[in-house]
Amino acid sequence: MAVDAARGAGSLRGARLRISGIFWRRPWLKLLTLLALPVGAFVAVYAASLGAMLVSSFWTSDSFTAEIVHTWTLDQYRTIFDLGDPTYLRIAARTIGMAAAVTVTDAILAFPLAFFMAKVAGPRTRAFLFVLVLLPLWSSYLVRIYSWTTILSATGPLNWALNGLGLPDAQLAFTNTAMWIVFSYVWLPFMILPIYAALERIPGSLLEASSDLGARGARTFRSVVVPLALPGVAAGSIFTFSLTLGDYITPLLVGGPGSSLIGNIVSEQSASNLTFAAAYAMVPVAVMAIYIALAKRLGAFEAL
Amino acid sequence: MQSRAVRIGLGVWTALVVGFLWIPLVIIALYAFNASPIQSWPISDWSTHWFSVAWHDPFLRSSLWLSVKVGLAATAIALVLGTMASFAMHRFSFFGRDSVSFLLLLPIALPGIITGMALNSFFSFAGVQFSIWTIVVGHATFCVVVVYNNVIARLRRTSPSLIEASMDLGADGWQTFRFVTWPLLSTALVSGALLAFALSFDEVIVTTFTAGAQTTLPIFILDNLRQGQQLPVVNVVAFVIILLTIIPVWVSQRLTTSDDTPAVGRAAAVTAQTE
Repeated sequence: MAVDAARGAGSLRGARLRISGIFWRRPWLKLLTLLALPVGAFVAVYAASLGAMLVSSFWTSDSFTAEIVHTWTLDQYRTIFDLGDPTYLRIAARTIGMAAAVTVTDAILAFPLAFFMAKVAGPRTRAFLFVLVLLPLWSSYLVRIYSWTTILSATGPLNWALNGLGLPDAQLAFTNTAMWIVFSYVWLPFMILPIYAALERIPGSLLEASSDLGARGARTFRSVVVPLALPGVAAGSIFTFSLTLGDYITPLLVGGPGSSLIGNIVSEQSASNLTFAAAYAMVPVAVMAIYIALAKRLGAFEAL
Repeated sequence: MQSRAVRIGLGVWTALVVGFLWIPLVIIALYAFNASPIQSWPISDWSTHWFSVAWHDPFLRSSLWLSVKVGLAATAIALVLGTMASFAMHRFSFFGRDSVSFLLLLPIALPGIITGMALNSFFSFAGVQFSIWTIVVGHATFCVVVVYNNVIARLRRTSPSLIEASMDLGADGWQTFRFVTWPLLSTALVSGALLAFALSFDEVIVTTFTAGAQTTLPIFILDNLRQGQQLPVVNVVAFVIILLTIIPVWVSQRLTTSDDTPAVGRAAAVTAQTE
């Protein structure tokens, strides 16, 4: 018995060694084994999904049954780019405008904070600030939007504070301004972290060299810090821009009647008119492709 | 270079922005203890009444349970696929390597509405009925990259000579994996899994496109918010979620050292990809 067990274990070990040997001698086989499942799954599901969306956008939906009719047509794109009825163009413009406003706001809010974290604060303060910035990013996105609906509501903390200061009520609930504030709030950590990463990488000696060469603080900031931090800003802006383009929860919860963004239309139409929803979802894809190409030229991907 | 005034100015700005980040979270946490079902500020009566109401809400319980199941399943898929991909990408350079890393990154880099709409088109194209499994597939697509990033960051910090030493000492591939690679990776895997679970647990947009009649916890919250119903219960859920998401992020931060990619989700996703 014991001998059998030992032989069994021996042959098991032998088999393992043989398998190890096969993989060792043929690295490509190992690569194939490792990659087949993840890449196969991603191509079969994700790439196929993007393909299905693209193809659907060139079909049409029956307006009564919502069934997809498999005939090739540009009708969906004609509806989007209809200059006679620019409803969808206007919504797209509003979405892009909102994304741009949020990106600029977040860059302004984030830059001094990131600079303070990277270049002024001591190591302990820096670590503490890092956690303070990181935690809101991970706490529920819905909860963070919801908290603003309570803050901005007519009987909420904001008006209470304003009245306390002797100021009149702010009528912000369900407006585009509210949407702008909430988007800026929700995506802010996505801007802070890449800028911080870019600033942290600037060696102190560069700043000293600049001042040794006679540059004052403002000049060093303009000629040394800003150019080196710009890729970080570009990287952060990809997140703030892309996330705003594709959001529909914020307009739904804090926006008003005239606050629909691309995402709201896509979400509303996905059940009744899938082909149109698919075509309209291609708009943010195209905008992001252009945006990422521009950011790449600014060095956003080296900064990350 | 920095004058005292500039430093003070930066410090004040930092304090204000951190306040902006945290005040809404504090306010929603306080509302959880509001005795009145009407939300108005300041809160006059305090109570923990709504915690017991939330605890006994069967619909809330079932959506929480669904979220946990989806999160666990998506995390399991992400662990397998993400780890395999990171081993392949770390050890080999091959034609199309950049395309593979780009493909893994896409679900998290593209806006949620696109991932959601694409999966929605795919499922309707393939005639798949929406179920818990369509939600799991949707979540797994963007969770893979989180595990992948955590593992590959750890692999990059691991010296290849450890593996070679193990081989030199006569270990086969499995033993090397079991006694050398695995102990080195385990904390990165735990941290990646926690973050993947947290992402899945919080996801709304992709879920709305891949769920049929199923209600996950975020969908439960969203439905109640849209209809303005059960807001005191939502407050309690919000408070508990804030506490619960803080824990995994904190643990994950402790498990990965500062040399690893910081656990910043989407931001980290792009970071590791472009190194």
